[in-house]
Amino acid sequence: MAQIRALRRMASLLTTPLAPEDFLALVNPLASTRQLRGVVTKVVRETADSTTIHFHPGRGWNAHAAGQWARIGVEIDGVRQWRSYSLSAAAGHDPAITVTAIGFVSTALARDTKVGDILFLNVPQGDFVLPAHPRPLLMLTAGSGLTPVMSMIRTLVPRRPDADVVLIHSARTAADALFRDELLELADQFPGLTVRHWYTREEGGRRLDLTDPTDLETLCPDWRSRAAYACGPSDFLDAATELWEHSGDDGQAQLTIERFAPVLLPGTGGAGGLVTFEKSDKEVEAGGDVPLLDAGEECGVVMPSGCRMGICRSCLTPLVAGKVRDLRTGEVHGDEGELIQTCINAAAGPVHLDI
Amino acid sequence: MTATLNKPATQGQSLQVRPRKPVLAATGGPSVRPAAAAHLSDADVERLGQELDAVRDRIIASRGAKDAAYIRRVIAVQRTLELAGRATLLFSKRKSAFFAGTAMLSVAKILENMEIGHNVLHGQWDWMRDPDIHSTTWEWDFVTPAAAWKHTHNDLHHTWTNVLGKDKDVGYSTLRMSDEQPWQPHNILNPAINMVLAPFFEWGIAIYDLELEAWKEGEKSTDDLKKSLKALGKKAARQAAKDYVATPGAAAVFGSGKQALIGTFTANAIRNVWAHSVIFCGHFPDGVDVFTEEEIEGETRGDWYIRQMLGSANISGSKLLHLMTGNLSHQIEHHCFPDLPSNRYYEVAVEVREICERYGLPYTTGPMPRQVGQAWAKVFRLALPPKRTATARINQAPTVRAPRPARASFRLPQAARVV
Repeated sequence: MAQIRALRRMASLLTTPLAPEDFLALVNPLASTRQLRGVVTKVVRETADSTTIHFHPGRGWNAHAAGQWARIGVEIDGVRQWRSYSLSAAAGHDPAITVTAIGFVSTALARDTKVGDILFLNVPQGDFVLPAHPRPLLMLTAGSGLTPVMSMIRTLVPRRPDADVVLIHSARTAADALFRDELLELADQFPGLTVRHWYTREEGGRRLDLTDPTDLETLCPDWRSRAAYACGPSDFLDAATELWEHSGDDGQAQLTIERFAPVLLPGTGGAGGLVTFEKSDKEVEAGGDVPLLDAGEECGVVMPSGCRMGICRSCLTPLVAGKVRDLRTGEVHGDEGELIQTCINAAAGPVHLDI
Repeated sequence: MTATLNKPATQGQSLQVRPRKPVLAATGGPSVRPAAAAHLSDADVERLGQELDAVRDRIIASRGAKDAAYIRRVIAVQRTLELAGRATLLFSKRKSAFFAGTAMLSVAKILENMEIGHNVLHGQWDWMRDPDIHSTTWEWDFVTPAAAWKHTHNDLHHTWTNVLGKDKDVGYSTLRMSDEQPWQPHNILNPAINMVLAPFFEWGIAIYDLELEAWKEGEKSTDDLKKSLKALGKKAARQAAKDYVATPGAAAVFGSGKQALIGTFTANAIRNVWAHSVIFCGHFPDGVDVFTEEEIEGETRGDWYIRQMLGSANISGSKLLHLMTGNLSHQIEHHCFPDLPSNRYYEVAVEVREICERYGLPYTTGPMPRQVGQAWAKVFRLALPPKRTATARINQAPTVRAPRPARASFRLPQAARVV
């Protein structure tokens, strides 16, 4: 390793001001000093509108824990776009994401990705992971919320004979249900996994009702004694949180949730303002409901970013002047030098950022 | 985590993005317009500004995968040439290897400085959001550090194009390049200075970027100057180590050390002479105007465009020439729209030229030998003090549409002008 480093230093004498990796990139598309990359190794169509993309990450990637997510960058019409996706592959394997064609970036990823394409990556993160010690689990998922849980099931069930997992997965139809065949097969093969599909649009179907425990009692009578994980759309998670809080079991029942999107307060946006990115020498007139992160990216500023929902704080950027509005609470704040989460703050009047 | 997290904020909305520039009024006009634009009314100039804004907007809306592929292809070709050039120089005791290696390295350096470095540092490719090809991360194969150059070039030169006393690019503080600059005895050295400047152009720019004049006048603090010197020292040491130590050192293993040193030195000199020539074609040929601070008082967006057009000159030629000049052969278009991707100037030029024709504005262009010749002729001519008649002409120039010397550029008959 020390020899490689010494060799690299020697080489950089010849490549300055570029790095040796910049020349290596001529033959190895994963070489870069600035940006972790991965190459797509397999693309699997899962349902009519979702696709699993397997990729091999370059050096610098950390192996993911089951249930974690990563930021994935993809180039669409020449512009780098970043989104966060749960990793659906089992821990210990090369990562994969399962993308449903909703929204501009996910649609492009799900429809256009080919083997050999390059993805831009950030290391996996997130604490929606399996418990440290084995215990009975209940997984409650809806739609593409199954993806992190799928990684957990793939990791846990085949390896642990003592696993005890009940999965309740809600999908519109059987054809829409992600990983359906694989789940049924796993359930068949391993007694530790029980799968209960719930279809909302099949004949006689209705939404899973979480306002009272009746549906849950039917599907998984011992749900209170299990460590529960839920992932799905916002209203689904809100109902689950409510139910667990009021299940009256002295807080014994434990629920861990993973949200897809920030909870934004409707109508919090103000008039917005002129946002100035000082180091990049760019400015943009941004509306009161436009996150500063989006405004910056729109100008071509390379903004640091992460979860895009106000959790990970990867996007912290120093405020030079002006006030910003927190889109989750409507609160207007901002002191000179304060580090601002650009993904959930919008301009409240003219704003200067030190980037 | 999110397959459904969209970007709701920017969808269906268009943000008004613009580069930071002093905010110029859309309407109104300066007290005096440059002679070449004196026939235009405030309304004409406003409309011209809108037309040019529309050209810019259209290019911005159509930037995409093809443009991204273009710059990546140029970068790949440049790096391949650079590698091949240096590798060939390892065996440069053979004459053929010496010539081939030096030629490849020269072309690589020219591409790197002109079509890639200059344009990336202008932020022309920032829209791709690729941190590997971005104005905030790029460093180039040129002695002056990118950060220092971005300040004197992007901020000062491009904002104050050809404004005497403000745009120090007019003569780079050492040459007399315009009749309006008062003659001083040392100007007799104009040709000598320029002859030395050409092959050592990167060093000239590096010294120029230190802004010694601003420091002398107290506009730049001694602390800042020290920082600039330190940054330059570090960059220059690395640059020199690469070309004059590491490459010849590696070649010495194959008994070609001395030849490789001559090769890298020659490649730098060729690149320097080429860059010097291209840049002198941009603002110094006949037909290019300079401006006084008084003239730009009250400048509107349209007037700003007019100043860029009157203050710049193009080079006509083949696609290869455009590539090798970093598309600075479209200097007029580059000055109107410094941050549009360089590969699009070619199509922008058609529209800008048409607009110039329609508004009766000069559009200076010509083949490279002629433009270079005119710039050099100016270097020689302005070494001498002005004759009395010339002084008289200058004194009346700003307000009166004086008969102007025959231009190399085309002028439309008066009838075609929008007056």
